[in-house]
Amino acid sequence: MTHLAFLPFLVPFLAAALLLLVPGEARKAQRAASLGATLLGLVLSVALVAAVSDGSILVYRLGDWAAPFGIVFVADRLSAMMVLLLFALAVPALLAAMRGIDGRGLHFHALFQFQLAGIAGAFLTGDLFNLFVCFEILLIASYALLLHAGGLERTRAGLTYVALNLVGSALFLVGLGLLYGTMGTLNLADLAFRLPTVAASDVPLVRVALVLVALVFLLKAAVFPMAFWLPHAYAAATVPVAALFAIMTKVGVVALLRLAVVALPDSAAGAGLLSPWLQVLALGTILLGTVAALAARRLAVTAASLVLVSSGTLLFAVADAREAATAALLYYLPHTTLATAGLFVLAGIIAAERGDLADRLVRGAAMARALPIGLAFALLALAVSGMPPLSGFLGKLMLMQGAGSGGWQPAWWAALLVSGLVAALVLARTASVLFWEPREAAPPRGRLPVPPAALLLLVLASPALTVAAPAVAGYAGAAAGQLHARVPYMVAVVGAGPDIPREVRP
Amino acid sequence: MTLFLPLLVLLPFLGLPLLLVVDRLGRRAVAVAAGATMLAGLGLLAALAPPVLAGDALVLWRPWLPDWGLDLSFRLDGLGLLFTLLIYGIGALIVLYAFYYMPADDRLTRFLMTLLAFAGGMLGVVLAENLLLMLLFWEVTSLTSFLLIAYKSKYHDSRIAARMALAVTGGGGLALLAGILLLGHIAGSFELSVILDRGDLIRQHRLYAPMLVLVLLGAFTKSAQVPFHFWLPNAMAAPTPVSAYLHSATMVKAGVFLLGRLYPALAGTELWFLLVTGTGAVTLLLGAYLALLKHDFKGLLAYSTISHLGLITLLFGLDTPTSAVAAVFHIINHAVFKASLFMVAGVIDIQCGTRDMRRINGLMKYMPVTATLGIVAAGAMAGVPFLNGFLSKEMFFAETVAYPSFGGYGTFVLPAIATVAGILSVGYSARFVHDVFFNGEPVDLPKTPAPPPRFMRLPMEVLVAIVVIVGVAPQLSVGWLLETASAAVLAGKAPPIKLAVWHGFNLPLVMSIVALGGGIFYYWRRDRVFTLHERYALDFSSPVAFERAYNGATAWARAALARLDARTLAQYAGLFLGLAILVGALAWLTSPAESSGAPLAGPLPLTPVDPVSAGAFLVLVLGVAGATWFVAERLLAILFMSVAGLVVSLAFIRFAAPDLALTQLSVELATIMLMLLALRFLPQTGPAERGRKARVATGSVAVGAGLGAAALAFAMLTRPFETISGYHIENAKPLAGGTNVVNVILVDFRGFDTLGEIAVLAMAALGTHAALRGARLRAFVRDAASAADRYPIMLRMLMQPMLPLALAVAVYIFLRGHNLPGGGFIAGLIAAIAYVLQYMAGGIAFASARIRLDFVLLLGVGLLVAALTGVASMVLGFPFLKSAWTYVKAAPLDDIGLASSLVFDTGIFLVVVASVLLVLTELGRLHVVEPALRPAGRAGPEPSPARAPAEAEG
Repeated sequence: MTHLAFLPFLVPFLAAALLLLVPGEARKAQRAASLGATLLGLVLSVALVAAVSDGSILVYRLGDWAAPFGIVFVADRLSAMMVLLLFALAVPALLAAMRGIDGRGLHFHALFQFQLAGIAGAFLTGDLFNLFVCFEILLIASYALLLHAGGLERTRAGLTYVALNLVGSALFLVGLGLLYGTMGTLNLADLAFRLPTVAASDVPLVRVALVLVALVFLLKAAVFPMAFWLPHAYAAATVPVAALFAIMTKVGVVALLRLAVVALPDSAAGAGLLSPWLQVLALGTILLGTVAALAARRLAVTAASLVLVSSGTLLFAVADAREAATAALLYYLPHTTLATAGLFVLAGIIAAERGDLADRLVRGAAMARALPIGLAFALLALAVSGMPPLSGFLGKLMLMQGAGSGGWQPAWWAALLVSGLVAALVLARTASVLFWEPREAAPPRGRLPVPPAALLLLVLASPALTVAAPAVAGYAGAAAGQLHARVPYMVAVVGAGPDIPREVRP
Repeated sequence: MTLFLPLLVLLPFLGLPLLLVVDRLGRRAVAVAAGATMLAGLGLLAALAPPVLAGDALVLWRPWLPDWGLDLSFRLDGLGLLFTLLIYGIGALIVLYAFYYMPADDRLTRFLMTLLAFAGGMLGVVLAENLLLMLLFWEVTSLTSFLLIAYKSKYHDSRIAARMALAVTGGGGLALLAGILLLGHIAGSFELSVILDRGDLIRQHRLYAPMLVLVLLGAFTKSAQVPFHFWLPNAMAAPTPVSAYLHSATMVKAGVFLLGRLYPALAGTELWFLLVTGTGAVTLLLGAYLALLKHDFKGLLAYSTISHLGLITLLFGLDTPTSAVAAVFHIINHAVFKASLFMVAGVIDIQCGTRDMRRINGLMKYMPVTATLGIVAAGAMAGVPFLNGFLSKEMFFAETVAYPSFGGYGTFVLPAIATVAGILSVGYSARFVHDVFFNGEPVDLPKTPAPPPRFMRLPMEVLVAIVVIVGVAPQLSVGWLLETASAAVLAGKAPPIKLAVWHGFNLPLVMSIVALGGGIFYYWRRDRVFTLHERYALDFSSPVAFERAYNGATAWARAALARLDARTLAQYAGLFLGLAILVGALAWLTSPAESSGAPLAGPLPLTPVDPVSAGAFLVLVLGVAGATWFVAERLLAILFMSVAGLVVSLAFIRFAAPDLALTQLSVELATIMLMLLALRFLPQTGPAERGRKARVATGSVAVGAGLGAAALAFAMLTRPFETISGYHIENAKPLAGGTNVVNVILVDFRGFDTLGEIAVLAMAALGTHAALRGARLRAFVRDAASAADRYPIMLRMLMQPMLPLALAVAVYIFLRGHNLPGGGFIAGLIAAIAYVLQYMAGGIAFASARIRLDFVLLLGVGLLVAALTGVASMVLGFPFLKSAWTYVKAAPLDDIGLASSLVFDTGIFLVVVASVLLVLTELGRLHVVEPALRPAGRAGPEPSPARAPAEAEG
């Protein structure tokens, strides 16, 4: 009995519960436990990737109940990769909190671990209702983390964030209720088997149910026009939280990808459900993120705007729904997650270096550590704007080739290229303001509130993804192939041609 | 041998760590290391050259990302050889020059490292076999150029010029990326060997035109063709070695290099001719015209470079074999004489402290050797015989005369353009020579000019020597190089080349004579040109203009965003729900044909309405309507909402779902109580409603969402449905040991969901705890009277005995949960409500004195109990949360079912109790620490001391 597919959820969950038993004053013990759990999660997720890299699909039946009657976790290449990305991001994010940010409020570490558990669960679960539960875990955890360290701006952004997402949860429930009411199942694989058999008279209702669920994923991914909350929330968050949030939009993207690729194809209920409006909204998101990046007055807002750009980019590839698009998406996704997270951490460090001016994009005092910070900025800027020679460029190259067939191509290419150019210009301007136009001498070198190791790990991510591009792209291609093959996943979860007892009511 | 090909590109990058290592040894060591790197490159090139000179192309192919067309393949052919020679050769001279040029307090390390990185990028461009790889290096040159232009970053102009160059060349590079992707798509490969063979296929493809435009955008931006030329003069803000290296000899040649590189694949169409020759001609003329007008001699040289790049572009556009040869020849010549001119300019800049030709005069006296070098190089620029520039210019004239298929466009247009350009270029060359080296005495210079150091002159001397040697003995000196390079451009179909100084008396010679004579006349009458220019010229290309455009875009973006984003929850939720309505309707309406006419109502008959249900429905409507209407009156709104919640509980009972009804009821109670407690810290009324338009919009979305939800519910409820719940009902007892299916689902079949949800509950409490700790909120109290009567004696008397009773009920509900309605969640809520009532009746001090528990700890324990129940089954070799159960005979009671899920349920119970009580005590604590009673007014100043006695509790 291997528990490998479940452990990435269990480890942070148990850690969170245990952390509640450790008094907040015992900060060292808290940090050690939190970091230990996160590192353990990282090791386990590496093992998980290794276990599924041969194409096997691990199905874990919670409570030993078979799908679709109980809940299953399913680890395939995609979910394993996302879990690995999660912990790879979590380690530097957590490090960023370890020099005191964690003590600016209560329960940071417990909430952080719950957040990890929720995200890992969302990637691994094969059950739509359980996905709802995982969304709730990560939503409430992220809300509490967003409020960490308090203050008016965070409270304001946080309230909007949580209330809007609760509306999303309500809609999720409506969609799930409709889906269960018509299909009699909430297991994704079972749903994929059953969607082609829906009676013609029920097809419209099922379509609405599916599209409402998809819309909730899109809210998480911050698609235009449901994207305005994101820059406020992300830019208000503390450094470690903002860094971890870089993966939050990807939860929505990956959930939608799985729904679109595994469940929707080959059925009347799924035909043309997301296209072409999703492409339009995705391009709108890229445009909005680009405009927001141009308008940003703080580096953290720039970073958050670039999260929107990457969200739109990923969603366009999801809407495209071809294997090549998915393969490109899966290379680009880890890159953009780690690079934007790095930018958030860098913004935090720059804010600390500049004192009262924080990360506002106005001329001010020089920075005491201008050289290393400048180098980090240069690498991250290259990465997020998709300039050669780093992984952002490679990802863009793949996305341009893999997605945007037919009439979409000109708009898609223009969106990718123009957003990249504007990002490059905005970051060049930022560099000019921050590094080249000091008004006064640097304030004395204080201790950084964020350990440089956190930044270093994230800065090196893009070069690493560049050097390892053949391996990463190969894995991404294999993951895309496995996802688009559909049937192995469905059979692994519910068996071939499942004969599941059902009754018709009333 | 080909294995060393990548090394030719990598050498400069390998030099980077070397420079860092020798950094401590001083600037001389750094320069030596950089120069040695360049010379090593030359040596390696020499080793690799023989087969190339024999006409072969060395190609090395290593797959890297084959699925995406990006492979590490390199190619050394004649064209690459020529450029590699220029990059390493001039690069070595530039390093020497920079050692003297750069201020002594500049450690040179950063400068030379960037320069080396640029050289590496440039080598990658010219040696890449894979076009995507070439593009990668192309953008590396854009980025390093950005850094080099901004090198003197404390100057405003440098910083802006750098960003301007990045915008133009970086943007052009992205267009080129799109063009290359199209080209690769058309040709079926990104490898040059394949693409160069498939010219016919490419030219006939329907995507040829857009592809060509995109590729040319890349080439033209890089090579500063009109209208993208403006970045180049501004880039002169860079240190002069950079101007000499990047912005005259190498990087700006990347564009024309690309024209030559793709010549066999793309050239030969009318579109090619029109775009390339047309752009080249305009650039040639405009650059030459503007060059004369620049008082800054670096500006003059920059515009001259633009003009010469236009000339080369024009030649490539003519697409005859000999025109391509002329283009390649001029690439060589221009690189040599322009680099030396820039070096001379740099010396003068340092020696005089200014670059204004109205002040710098008569330098012949101060630095005769340097001046002579400058004069010779400027002669080449003007096309004076026996200098290299003369030869290629003469070839250019010959091409314009000989160009055959010019039908339709007028036979004399091209020669006329060429002659005029010749006149103009003689004019600006004359100005450079006359103003700088002669024309009287210097005017008011900051420094007294002196000759440069001996070895600073060496690079200029080398280059000028080449200018003369090529000018005198062209075939002997560069014939071999030109032949190989041209053969590469023309894919082996190069005509035999015979370079000679004297071609006999022919039309091109006449044009040269006219150009020389006319140019001198033009320079003589230059004042009139200046006057006209100053009166009419527009300035759209200065740093100020760029910065204004950028700031304008920023301001526009801010305004647009401010208009779009209202930063209110109402807007966000409205957009979300509005989109849900739209997309939901779209999904319904776009159903495939066979189901597109499906009615909303399903086949099931409607249940008849009984009076009780109808009554409950009316109450529900009343509750919802009331909550909506009184939304600003918060207390009323909450009360109305609780009405709606109660009716929902009744509905659950009506439809035989007692578990749900119990849960709903207790959740409802707990929520309302906590909300009422929290309400104390909110204004009693909500904020003013927004304007009429916003209300209409919000109202329509709300009504639409309501109707949509109702329609969906109706559609679903009137349809029969298939369900798997039969399995749960059948197996609850035999497999999970419980008869209450709802509870078994909650703690067993889907116990994992429940585990997640109690975590959510716990986090909500923890979040509240964290948010309220340290918060200093002010209570909003209507009047003092309500405060005086906070703990009514009746309530207090009634509640105290209620507590044990309520707890007993909770235990009962808990224990029977597995078989009858109940369970840990409901029991937890009941217990929690019992405590809440104690607080309501007696106050926080009273209550917390009697409940001495660390609720955070309790939360942790509860979560652990629940989670470890699951872990226990893992220890036994089962999946997480596998249940086990047994019956215990316990007469006189019924058999008691003992299931592991009971332990799990205990965890749930603990978490629910702890969550509610944690929130409760935190809210209550606020009441204790709240600073003072405040009058009903909201936004008043700090409470006056008279009305601020510390509020006593309990």
